[in-house]
Order: sequence, then structure tokens, then C-alpha cells
Amino acid sequence: MARDAAGDEMFDYARAAVEGALAAGATYADARVVIRREEVIAAQNGEVESVTRAEDAGVGVRALIGSSWGFASTSDLTDRAARRAGDEATATAKASALVPGSGLELADVEVAQDSYQTPHREDPFGVGLDEKVETVVSATRTMSAVDGVAVSTAKLMFWDTDKWFVSSQGHRIRQHIVESGCGMDATAVGEHETQRRSYPQSFGHVGTGGYEIVRGFDLPGNAQRVAEEAVQLLSAAPCPSGELDVILESSQLALQIHESVGHAVELDRILGWEAAFAGTSFLELDQLGDLRYGSELMNITADATIPGALSTFGYDDEGTPAQAVDIVRDGRWVGVLSGRDSAHLAGLPPGGMVRGDGFNRLPMVRMTNVGLEPGDSSMEEIIAATEHGVVMETNRSWSIDDRRLNFQFGCELGWEVVDGTRTRMVKNPTYTGITPRFWASMDMLAGGDEWFPWGVPNCGKGQPMQVGHTGHPAAPARFKAVRVGVKA
Amino acid sequence: MTTEASIPDADDASALLSLADQVVALVQRQDAMHDERIEANVSVTRNRHGLTRFANSFIHQHVGEDTVTVSLTLAVDGRTTSASTTATGADALEGLVDHAVNSAALQPVDPYWPGATPPSPVGPAGSLDPDTANASPDARAELVRDFVVAGDDLRAAGYADTELLQEAFASTAGQRASGATTRATIDGIHQTSGSAGTAHSTATALSALDASAAGRTAADLAVRSQDPVDIDPGEYEVVLGPEAVATVLTFLAVYGFNAKSHLEGGSFAHLGERQFDPAITVLADPTDPRRIGLPFDAEGSPRQRFALVQDGVTSALAHDRRTAKRADTATTGNAIPGGAGIGPVPTDVRMPAGGVPPAQMIASVGRGLLITEFHYVRILDPKTTVATGLTRNGTFLIEDGQVTDAVGNLRFTQSFHEALGDGRVLGVGDDDRYADGEFGAGMVICPSLHLAGWSFTGGARG
Repeated sequence: MARDAAGDEMFDYARAAVEGALAAGATYADARVVIRREEVIAAQNGEVESVTRAEDAGVGVRALIGSSWGFASTSDLTDRAARRAGDEATATAKASALVPGSGLELADVEVAQDSYQTPHREDPFGVGLDEKVETVVSATRTMSAVDGVAVSTAKLMFWDTDKWFVSSQGHRIRQHIVESGCGMDATAVGEHETQRRSYPQSFGHVGTGGYEIVRGFDLPGNAQRVAEEAVQLLSAAPCPSGELDVILESSQLALQIHESVGHAVELDRILGWEAAFAGTSFLELDQLGDLRYGSELMNITADATIPGALSTFGYDDEGTPAQAVDIVRDGRWVGVLSGRDSAHLAGLPPGGMVRGDGFNRLPMVRMTNVGLEPGDSSMEEIIAATEHGVVMETNRSWSIDDRRLNFQFGCELGWEVVDGTRTRMVKNPTYTGITPRFWASMDMLAGGDEWFPWGVPNCGKGQPMQVGHTGHPAAPARFKAVRVGVKA
Repeated sequence: MTTEASIPDADDASALLSLADQVVALVQRQDAMHDERIEANVSVTRNRHGLTRFANSFIHQHVGEDTVTVSLTLAVDGRTTSASTTATGADALEGLVDHAVNSAALQPVDPYWPGATPPSPVGPAGSLDPDTANASPDARAELVRDFVVAGDDLRAAGYADTELLQEAFASTAGQRASGATTRATIDGIHQTSGSAGTAHSTATALSALDASAAGRTAADLAVRSQDPVDIDPGEYEVVLGPEAVATVLTFLAVYGFNAKSHLEGGSFAHLGERQFDPAITVLADPTDPRRIGLPFDAEGSPRQRFALVQDGVTSALAHDRRTAKRADTATTGNAIPGGAGIGPVPTDVRMPAGGVPPAQMIASVGRGLLITEFHYVRILDPKTTVATGLTRNGTFLIEDGQVTDAVGNLRFTQSFHEALGDGRVLGVGDDDRYADGEFGAGMVICPSLHLAGWSFTGGARG
């Protein structure tokens, strides 16, 4: 499939799919033609490990009948196959009547005929492969040259996605989304342990934009430091245990937001739609507006309009425009992540947060850029104000229960803080807590240049599993009296 | 772009092999046009998947997918690249090969490229049940109905799905193979206002599933899990149900028995050492008659039957052709798609049944816990296999050989291979079956295990 040759005739296939669904009896239908290119260039220990380019293209169509969505897709981009997919989507939805519920309705949205393109300076697919390869090879060569490093890896990741969306209500939206990212890590192996350092965060950072994102992180220029820190961790002291102040750097706080706020406020989870697999939420809708989620410093928004953030787009996959929604305001829970069906059921306005992973997955509620608004402090001020605590950097492990209440995180590196001074490096830092208690303990929050819209490119949800791209702006913050140093 | 309707018919497996041959011919044409040696492995997969999700006791999402993907790994004088596409028209395939040749030529030489896969016979074509391959949405809805009504006034959630996977492989070195397999699963929970219970059933054929029985099991667990008590953190003797055991084995397989991890020093495995209790044997076993899967791996190599752990001794690692070249050994047929980074992963993992009924395990526990399944398990250090996660959907206190109280969900922090270490395994169950671990159905066959200790570090309610 040559993307350059695929133009607005793709709307015709989407419209054919919708017509097929309506002809078979759907009360509402929409369809997306998606053409997605992905490129991943990976190196290990100074050698190219893989250069992979994948392209998928097809049309996916949803049909609503009664209480159920039916969904069908085909990679055969022809008028006949698109109509057949629409017919199959409706037939599938009809079969659901054997185990029916209350009818689903859709919250109203303005019917848009529009287009959107990710602003970017440098097309990542236009940059020469030799330059990309040299970036990851040189970064890993530098890391592997550091004594004690057993494995070094680096990778660049790019996605270029075209979507043509049509609904039976008259939507006609074309979008072109460009995403770019990079990451690297060094692993030092001791007799009984491994220690890893990653940059710029675990699994790399991805944002909407072009190759300029990769240039901005300068992997080769940070390789030496990253490798040396991995080796230093082998001989570092263990993280102290007990109730201590925890200072999270921004990428770790981004994942904390993702797991303990983002998933918890997904309306499909709150309504029980994901109960069997991903789980539910400790939140109940009748608490909306009243429940205290955290301290007064806690202001969370879901904002799909932040320039450069990973979940920034023009419209979601239901044709709802990108928007900023308050989720937590002054520590109080005030908003949810929703789609047109779940919002109608809850009596809330739709948030424009429904997206699917490629053409062949049913769109579902997905985090947009769920982030913490900046405070007025700084990492330097937070450390200076801390009597005894641990600065924790870069996620290493994450686990949270199916109600998003009990979590345990591990980080790659810690720094013990004593009497306002960062003292020694500590290894295997972990912390655990209960979501609202933890957030209530946040008493200092940085901002300014330390606030950054981190991207998480690997959020799993749904059945069949879908991988989502989510954004999480955050700045360093301090949490008081957290349980630190959990051991087996 | 091309718009020819060139997707092969789902019932014609030879069409996939023809597509693979077509791509191989395009590569060979490029080879003839260049001075460099151009070789390739080609896979063509077709996935026809229907999935019916239910929640709050009704079907809310019902999806179907039918996708053909052509995957190519190509080398130009040992400079490698990979590419894939869902477009199968002649123009698209030619573009796929042209792009791969141009891309590979720009690469440094890949030191671990083992060459295109040579001819090697593969086993039987796979376990294909035609009725499952062609299952209708109505058939899946009937399974859901049977599961839901088994719970009376409880709230049910879960899924029923059917899957047909067809794959053809061809290489420029002459390997050709094709196969197909089917899978059907009913997997769900029943919920009360404050508890949940689960049940899973997976087989090669839809007709082998008993959704009513699964629904009754889940409902019974949910009812018995009401009014849970809290217990203090600490080490407890445990009886792990098959789903919990499957999760443990999956982590050991991915992080420990992966030859790439081992070569890089990140695995706990020490070949030839007794790292497990003598009661523990773990196989990669594509010969089990219950098995779901294809007879060859992503490199077209035949899958081998071998012991990862034999009577407590760590015996072998899973290899693909890349790690086999590095370790100067033979592939075990465990290449995964896009596996250059992750490395080879054991498939068809099976822990043979022992002779102890789970009820007998429970009867022998003085004070301990019965764990149905784990949730959200993540590794803290692959070399020590220390992982953290939670219990859910049925955790019970055992006192004096009797299940007494339901227990709230618990967080654990535990080294997996040490939990199965010498003297730590008190019983291996007689209830082996496909168990749905955290990462999916149809991957691990295993029984319940009775273990001397498991470290719980807190309750989920805090």
C-alpha cells in the first residue's frame, strides 16, 4: 500500500462500509479507513539488531443495535469488501440480542467535516536510514565501551497514520497523525542481579511530531552517563526501607498518573465494561464532584490539544473533537474519560477519548494526555526542604490491583536525601501505597521547565488486546511518609 | 495502491503458501539482478478471530477480524531488514520486496544473521476444527448465555472467542511449510457486590467447551469470596490453582528459558543445576494431543519437544536460529515474530500432572492460602525472578485442612524460581489443563501446585 497514492477516495470505502451496516439494519454505524506505517530501528551493543517496517491498511466498521456494538474489519480495501464488512458488523451486533441489556444511546456531538494534521518539522520517514542507524549504533557503542555494561540497546520508533472517518450521522474527517520517539538503556550484570539505566525514560519517549523529537534527546550525547550509572548501581547501597518522603522525577510520576489516575477514571471501567480483564475502578459515579482524590496541589486534566504530546489529535475515533477535560481540580474528583455511549449512560458530555489500535480494532475509551498541571516549586527546592527521603528516577516495574487502588512501583535509581541534601545513590528503590492516600500526601510540586509531556507508547487494554499511545505531562513532586523499600 | 481483491479464501490454506512462494520468487528475481547475495524468509498469516465480550450480564461488544499479513525478513550479503504488510496485491508485494532490498543494503552486516531457513521437515499440520474456524457470532453468543445464566442473580463479565490461525512459510533456501490451528475459549467472572470468582476453559474446538460448567464454577467462587477477612503480610503456605501456576511458568519461560536473555547474562537459569524441586518438570511440548498451535515457528523451523526442567534440573533453553548461531547449537523452533529483540520464547509450555488432587493438597495445609489466580504481575529483576503482583477472583484462608474464610486480594513480592526450589514443592496436582495465565489463553498446560511458602507484602485494600 503506497500511502502517497491513497487519497480521499478512501472516504468511499468508509462510506460503503457504513452503507453496508445500515442496509443490514444498524441504527447507527461509523467506519474508519486506516493506513498506518511503523518503523523501528534497534541496535544492541554497537550492532544493528533490527530494522523493521510494518504497514497495515484496511477498514473497520462499527454497527450499533440495541445494547451491543458489532464490529468487523477487512484488509481488503475494495467497495465490495467494505460493504460486506458493514453487513458482518450488523449481523454480529444482532447476534448479541441473545444476551441483551438496556439499549445503548450516543451522546450528541457536532457533526464535523474537517481535517487535521500533526504539526511537525521533519518527516521521520524522510530522514535517511543511514542517519537513523548511525544514531542508535553510536549510542550503543558508547554505552558498551563502559566497563561493566553487559547489554546496551537503543531504538528509534516512528508511526505515520492516515485515517478517514465517516459516520451515518454525516461525519467526514481526515486526519494524518505523525509520532516519533526514541530510547536507550544499559544493563550491568552482577553475580546475582542486573541493574539497568534508561534514557530518556523506560521504553523510550514518544510524542506527536517529527524527527526533531529524536534530535532533541541526543541519545549519543547521553550514552556515557547512562552506562556509567548502570554500572554504579551494582555497588550502590540498597534503598532504605520504612516510611520516608518520596520525590518522584517527572517520568516516574507520569507512569504513576497513568496507572493510579488515568485508568481509574476511565468511564468504561467505572461502568464495569472491563471488569473481567483489566478490572474496574475504586471510583463510583455518585462520588463524582465530591470524592477527595488528593491534596489541593493535585490538578489533573485530560487534554488532547497539548502540542507535541503523544495523545494530541484533531478528533477521536468517534468524530468527537479533541478537548481539555478537568479530571481532578484542587484535589477533588470532577471528571472522567468517556466516549459517546458511556457519556450518555452517565449523563455527562462526551470527552472525545475513544480510539482504536489500527483499522481492525473496536475503538474504546483511551486516555488522552492525562497529566498533572505544574506547581510552583522545583526539584532543587523540594530536595532542600526534605529531611529524609529518596528521589526515585525512571520506572523499572509497575503493578496495580484491578480497582486501581493498591500499587507498587520500582524505579531504576534512587538518591537518598538527608537534611536537604542529595547524598548517596541507592539501588532497587520501590514504593507502595493506596491511591487516594498517596495523592493526598503530595505536598510539593515543581513546574516551569521541569514539567514535560511524557508519552507512554505501550498501554495495553481491551480484548482483543489493543496497544494505546497515551500522554502524561508531569513535573517532579514530593509525597510524604510513603512505604519505601518493599522486599521479597 | 492496488485495489485488487486478492485476499485468499479462508478455507484454502494452499493459497497462503502460494503467496509466500510469490514473495520468494520476487526475492530470487532481485538476487539474480544484483551482485550481492539476497536471501529471505517469508511468512504469510491469516487470522480470523471472532470475540464476544459481555459485562453486567449482557453482550456489549462483538467483534470480527479477518486479516492477512505478509512478513518478510531479507538479507543482502548479511545485511538484514524486516517488513510486513496487510496488502496482498502483486504491486504491494513487489513494493514490499523492493523496499526491503533498498533498506537492507544500507545496513551494517548483521553478525547474528543465520541465513535463510534451510529445508527441514515439520510435523503434522496442526489441530484444526472446521466448526471452530467457521464459528458464527450466534454460536459464541450461546456460550455467553450459558455462562451468564449459571450465575442467577450475579453480574457476569468476560468473553467467548474463536480463532483460526493459518500460516505458510517459504524461504529462498528451500524451506516450505504450512499449517492451521483453531482455538476456542470461554473466560469470565461472576460478581457479587463485593467479590468475584472466575473460570476459564480453552480447547481446539468450540464443542469441547462447557460454558455452563464454567459459569457455575465462577459463580460458586464469587459467592464463597464474599465478606473477606484481612490477614497480616508474611510468608504463607499456598495452594496455587492452574491459572496462578500458568502465570509463574510464563514469566520463567519469557525471562529465564530464553536463550537470548541467557547469553546476555540476564537469566536465572544455570544449565545442569538442580534449581527446582525434584517434583518439577517443565516441557516445551508440541506433541501433547490437547495442544493448540502450528508445527513450525516464525523462522519456519520445526518446533521441538524438549525439557526445560527435568526432575528439578534446569535442562535446556529455547533457541531460535539467531541464538543457536551465537551459542553454536541447534534451534529448538522457538522463534517468535519480530523476535530479534526479545529473543526466543518457549511455546507449548507444559508442566506434567502429578498425582495429588487439589482437595488433598488443601487437606494437608495447617494454615495457608488457596490462590485462584494472579493479576498484574511484573518482574522486578529478571535474574532473581523476583516479581510483584496481586491475587484476585478467589483467595481463601486454609486452616487445619479446611477452607475457612475468603481473603481480600493480596499483594505479593516473590522470586518465582525460588518458590519452586528444592524442598519447596509439597505437591503437584492431578488437574492439568490449559490454564489462562495473565498473558492469554492457550499457552500453558499445567496443574495446581502446593508450595511451602509465598511472600505476601500487603493487602490490596491497604
